[in-house]
Amino acid sequence: MDLSFTPEELAFREKARQFFRTEIPQAIRDKVAEGRHLSRDDIVTAHRIMNAHGWAVPHWPREWGGQDWSPVQIYFYQDEMQQACVPPPLPFNVNMVGPVIAAFGNEAQKNYFLPKIANIDLWFCQGFSEPGAGSDLASLRTSAKRVNGYYVVNGQKTWTTLAQYADWIFCLVRTDPSAKKQEGISFLLIDMKSPGITVRPIQTIDGGREINEVFFDDVKVPVENLVGEENKGWDYAKFLLSNERTGIARVGISKERIRRIKQLAAAERIGDIPLIEDRRFREKLVAVEIELKALEMTQLRIVAAERNRPKGKPDPASSILKIKGSEIQQATTELLMDVVGPYVLPYREEREDGWNEPPIGPDYAAAAAPTYFNWRKISIYGGSNEIQRNIIAKAILGL
Amino acid sequence: MDFEFTEEQRLLKESVDRFITAEYGFEQRKQYAKERDGWSRAVWRRFAELGLLGLPFSETHGGFGRGPVELMIVMEAFGRALVLEPYFSTIVLGSKALGRALSSDLQASLIPQIVAGEMTLGFAWMERQSRYNHADIKTTAKKDGSGWRLSGEKTLVSHGDSADKLIVTARVGGAQRDREGIGVFLVDAKAEGVERRGYPTQDGLRAAEIAFNNVRLDDIDLLAAPEQGYAFVAEMIDAATAALCAEAVGVMSVMQETTVEYLKTRQQFGRPIGQFQVLQHRAVDMLIALEQARSMAIYATMMVEEENPTERRRAMCAAKAQIGRSGRKIGEEAIQLHGGIGMTMEYKVGHYFKRMTMLDRQFGDAEFHIAALADMGGLISA
Repeated sequence: MDLSFTPEELAFREKARQFFRTEIPQAIRDKVAEGRHLSRDDIVTAHRIMNAHGWAVPHWPREWGGQDWSPVQIYFYQDEMQQACVPPPLPFNVNMVGPVIAAFGNEAQKNYFLPKIANIDLWFCQGFSEPGAGSDLASLRTSAKRVNGYYVVNGQKTWTTLAQYADWIFCLVRTDPSAKKQEGISFLLIDMKSPGITVRPIQTIDGGREINEVFFDDVKVPVENLVGEENKGWDYAKFLLSNERTGIARVGISKERIRRIKQLAAAERIGDIPLIEDRRFREKLVAVEIELKALEMTQLRIVAAERNRPKGKPDPASSILKIKGSEIQQATTELLMDVVGPYVLPYREEREDGWNEPPIGPDYAAAAAPTYFNWRKISIYGGSNEIQRNIIAKAILGL
Repeated sequence: MDFEFTEEQRLLKESVDRFITAEYGFEQRKQYAKERDGWSRAVWRRFAELGLLGLPFSETHGGFGRGPVELMIVMEAFGRALVLEPYFSTIVLGSKALGRALSSDLQASLIPQIVAGEMTLGFAWMERQSRYNHADIKTTAKKDGSGWRLSGEKTLVSHGDSADKLIVTARVGGAQRDREGIGVFLVDAKAEGVERRGYPTQDGLRAAEIAFNNVRLDDIDLLAAPEQGYAFVAEMIDAATAALCAEAVGVMSVMQETTVEYLKTRQQFGRPIGQFQVLQHRAVDMLIALEQARSMAIYATMMVEEENPTERRRAMCAAKAQIGRSGRKIGEEAIQLHGGIGMTMEYKVGHYFKRMTMLDRQFGDAEFHIAALADMGGLISA
C-alpha cells in the first residue's frame, strides 16, 4: 500500500499542468472558471490545441491517435485539465462516437470519420433519448426502414446537447420493430444537413440554450452509415456508455470550484468579518471538502483496480463516482450561491457574444444562479442517479 | 500509487480473519464479555501467540516493527468482530507512547512484557471539563525531590479498570488549556493513591473513572518532557484516530453486509424485501457511505507517518469526520432496514450500531472534527 506516485507519474502530472495552463488560451479558461457561456469557437479551439499535441484522444486505440496511457496517467490528465478550467475535448466525439467507430466500424468508416472526429472537423451530437425513452432508453421508437440502399428515418430525439453546432448526429434507431426491444436497435451516423431534419432549441431553466429537439421526417441515410451490424446497436450503446467511467466524478472541477469559493468568500464580507471566517459557512464548506477528498480516494482505488480488470469491462463501482461526484458538484454550486448572497437575483439573457452591459453587483455574481440551476442536470444525464443506484443494487449488492 | 497489500500483509490479514472467524463469533464474544475483566485473558494470550501484540513495537524489544497498514488490517478485523480486549489502548496507543518514551530502560523493561501479553495499558487523558481538547488539563504533577507527585481526576479511561499501567497527562506548568507544560507519565495502576471505579460502556466494553491522590512517581516514569508533551500526545491521538477509523470500517462493513443479506432473505408480501426499489436504493446509499469511509480510513493510515503535524492533523480530522457521518448513516439505516429484529439485544446488528455510535465519540466526533478542520482552513488551499 502506497499513496505516493512514481517520479515518472509525477513528471507526467507536471507536464499536463504546464500544458493545460500555458497552451489553452486564458480567455477560454476564465470563461469556464467563471461559469460563462462557451462559444462553438472556444470549444473547437481548445479541442484542436489538445489534438495537435496528441491529447484529445489519448484513450483511443494507438493507431487512431491513442497514447496507451496508464490509468494513473489518464487520471492526472483529467484532473489537471479540470483544475485548469480547460473545456474537455468534445465528449460526443472523443468519448462516445469515436470509440464506437474504432471498435465496431468498418475500415472505410474508421478512415473517414476517426481523424475528423479527433480534430473536431466534424462535430457530432448524440441522438439517444426520445420523449418516450429516457431512463428506459431501449423503448426508443425512432424508426429506420431500409429502402433501396437507404435507411428512411422517422421520429424524434430530444435533450440533444449542442445539436445547433453539430455537423453529424449518431443515433439509435429501431430497425426491427418486431424484435424484443433491445434487439431491434441499430447505430446510425446521420449528416445533420440531410433534408428532413429539423432542430428546435429547448431553453433550460438557467436561460441557456444548449439542448435541443431533433425531428426526423423521411430522412434518407445511406446504408454505409450503419455502424457495425444491423440490430446490434444496443450492444454498441452499452459499450459507449461504459467508456470513461472514472472521469465521471469530476473531482478536479469540484476542487477548482472550492478554491474559487474560498477566494470569493475571503473578499465577501458579512458584518465585520470576511464570509470565509463565518463559522457556519466554513463548516458547511469543509463538510463538502471532506466528501470530495473521500471521493478522490475512492476514485484512485477504482483507478488502481483497473489494472486488474479486463479492458472494456467497467467497474460497477464507477456508478458510485457518478452519484457522489454529481452530488458534490451540485453542493459546490449551492455554496457559490451562498457566497454571492442577494446578488444571485439579477437575470441576464445569455448571448452568443457574452455580456456587454455593466454588471449588477459583483462581476462574479451573474453566473452563480444559472450555474446552480444548470447543474441540476448532472444527476440526471448519463444515467440518472436513481438508475446508477439500480445498477449498484443489481451488479454489486446482488439485489 | 498502490492499494494492494504486500504478501506479508496479506498473510497477516488471513491469519487475523481466520482467528476472528474461528474464535470470535458473536456467541463466543458474549462469553468473553462475562469474564471478570469484561474481556478474555485467554484471547489476549492468543493475540500474543499470533504475534499481534508485538506488531508495532520495535524488534529490539521483541516486536515486529510493523507500521500503520498492519494496524489497520488488525483493527478492521477487530471491528468486524467487535473485539472486547484492550488492543487499542495497549498496543495502538501504547506503541506510540512507549516507543518514544524518554527512558530506554523503561522501554526495555516494559515493552517485552506487553508483547508477551503480561501487561495492559490505559490512556488517561480526558477530564470532566476537557471534552476532546487534550490540552485542557487540571491534573497536576509537581516536582518532588527525585520524582513527582500526581494529583487529579481522569475520566472515561477505556479499559482503565483492568489496565496494569496508565499513561496519564498532567500539567507540570502553564495554565489549564496551555499547550505548553504538559507532562506525560506512566503510572502503576496499583500504586498508592490511585483509585479506580470501573463500569461498562454502551458498546459492551469497559472504562474507568480514575483519581490520583498525591501519587508518587519516579523521573523514569516521565514519558515525554513538558516542552514536547502536547506534540507527543497529538501524535498518539493521530495514530489512534487512524486505527479507530479502520476499526469503524470493520464495524460498518458488517452492518452493511448483514443488512443486504437480510434484504435478500426476509420475505414480506410474498417476496424478498430486497426486491423493493426503495429499500435497494437505501442499501446502495449505505454502500456508498461505507466506501467513502473506507477511502478515508486508508487515507488516514497513509498519513499517520506524515511528519508535518498540521497536515497530519488535517487528514485525521477529515477522516474521523467522514467515519462519524458514514457510521451514523449506516448504523441508523441498518436498524431501520432490519425492522423490529434490529431493535433486539439478541440480534447482532444492534451491537454493531452501538459500537459505531461510541467510536464516533472517541477522540472527537464528526462535528468536532469538521469544526477543527474548518479552523485549519480546510483541505484545499485557496
